[in-house]
Amino acid sequence: MPDADVNGNSILVEDVGKRYGAKRVLDGLDLAVRRGTVHAVLGPNGAGKTTAVRIMTTLLRPDAGRVLVAGHDVQREAGEVRRRIGLLGQHAAVDEELGGRQNLEMFGRLHHLGARRAGERADELLARFGLADTGRKAVGKYSGGMRRRLDLAASLITDPEVLFLDEPTTGLDPRGRAEVWGAVRSLVGGGTTVLLTTQYLEEADQLADRISLIDGGRVAAEGTADGLKATVGSDRIEVVVRDPSQLADTVRVLGLPGVTVDRDRRLLSAPVTDRMGVLVDVVRELSAAGIEAEDIAVRRPTLDEVFLSLTEGGPVGDGESLAESDRGERGVAV
Amino acid sequence: MSAVGWVVADSWTMTRRELAHWARQPVQVVVGLVFPVMLLLVFGYLIGGGRGVSGPYVDFLVPGMLALTMAFGLEGTMLAVTQDLNKGVVDRFRSMPMVSGTVLVGRAVADMLQSAVGLVVLIGVGYAMGWRPGGGAGFLAAVGLLLLFRFAMLWVGIHLAMVAGRPELVQAVQILVWPVGFLSNAFAVPASMPGWLGAVVEWNPLSATATAVRELWGAGAGGSSWAAEHAGVLAVGWPVVLVGLFLPLAVGRFGRLRG
Repeated sequence: MPDADVNGNSILVEDVGKRYGAKRVLDGLDLAVRRGTVHAVLGPNGAGKTTAVRIMTTLLRPDAGRVLVAGHDVQREAGEVRRRIGLLGQHAAVDEELGGRQNLEMFGRLHHLGARRAGERADELLARFGLADTGRKAVGKYSGGMRRRLDLAASLITDPEVLFLDEPTTGLDPRGRAEVWGAVRSLVGGGTTVLLTTQYLEEADQLADRISLIDGGRVAAEGTADGLKATVGSDRIEVVVRDPSQLADTVRVLGLPGVTVDRDRRLLSAPVTDRMGVLVDVVRELSAAGIEAEDIAVRRPTLDEVFLSLTEGGPVGDGESLAESDRGERGVAV
Repeated sequence: MSAVGWVVADSWTMTRRELAHWARQPVQVVVGLVFPVMLLLVFGYLIGGGRGVSGPYVDFLVPGMLALTMAFGLEGTMLAVTQDLNKGVVDRFRSMPMVSGTVLVGRAVADMLQSAVGLVVLIGVGYAMGWRPGGGAGFLAAVGLLLLFRFAMLWVGIHLAMVAGRPELVQAVQILVWPVGFLSNAFAVPASMPGWLGAVVEWNPLSATATAVRELWGAGAGGSSWAAEHAGVLAVGWPVVLVGLFLPLAVGRFGRLRG
């Protein structure tokens, strides 16, 4: 039976502060994660994501504030919290010298399942994560995606109420990332509450019900992915014409309000409210006027734009991954 | 199960983990055992001679080499603990409902077992080299003193590993272990050294253990200083003091939430 939680929240973080020397890593962090949802904490390197997870998983003591996980205080009832959580840290938290089954069986025993049950549970999890045929192979020889899946399996030994995933796909290739995403999706619906940190906007977009953008150790914005995107502006329709001399005609034919033109890219763009209706109209009007378009798309603002607009001046820290992800999303149009 | 029951169960699980590492790295284990044997052979047949030693050098050398091997065990302990701490697996242990201090118990049992096996191998090689120790209760008492010394080095090693934190710093300690190890009477009699150096050497815990073991095995220990004459007291006292100091420090540091 799940424990009584606070107003349906599996995780409640209130005004948490943490400093290392003079550096304030967390500065009044607030989070509320509803039971059974996936909540992403999104932010650049150095935003305090890992510190927050370490506090929520009893590994680190906060300087100020209060944290309840599964209804228990992480400082005063660390044991109760540990019985109810699973943690997938940034570094593979498995023994790389041992095999997959050896790892899971060991963790099962340490969860006090007893030797026989620990062995059975190890076999169940290996099968569930597609690792049943790894035999005695040492985890150190696994691919990145396999290791992550084993790590995830190790986090799920006792079917935790709350699962923490700290940058679960950092350092994985696209295939490994897809494997981990698939595994996380399969968990949701089983009622597990998932808190996920990531510096990949796409990951938050793909997996999370709600997103908290954090910067400088506090929440800069919170909402659903769509809600956050709406805060920086509406959808836009973008039309790329084949012949740049037809740009002026195109503007006239379509008659969209608030239109902007980029001659170099042969691009015309305008804000829209009715996404599909506008798309259909534009296609019809262009073909009636005999104007050839190379690309027509309705584009939603990306989380990058949300992030950049909220953190003014862009990502702090090295921000590399955000830049990467930015490039990755450019081509995505809806 | 009771709280004590879980301590035992978790300690056993953690010890099994270390034994499983051995099973997977037999070459590493063998190399670890062969290295002190090599040193023993080098000093016994090549460099040896033992300035100021009365009686057969092998009777002087083997106890010294055994004590030195126990001291060098500190490196292995440090390395293993540092690697664990840097791999994130300890984070998983600490976020689980297990008795978290048993991670250290597993380390302790495994390292003591390895050192005990190392002692047996070295004693065997010493025997083959013509060394004949006195038998009986004295023999076992000497083995006990060596393991006690290793137990002290174990907790010093665990604590240093947690203080150092990073593998690079462990390398520095690995280098420092050599002069500290050789600043002892493992290979030569302090009386043969310059006066101030001899004094330092005599108060080295390693020297106390080596001297006490030599006496128990009936080899002329040599030396007439207070430290040499009370080697038995020091061979028990030093490790007890070191364990009393470093065990609580190490356990406290491990149990404390980081940060």
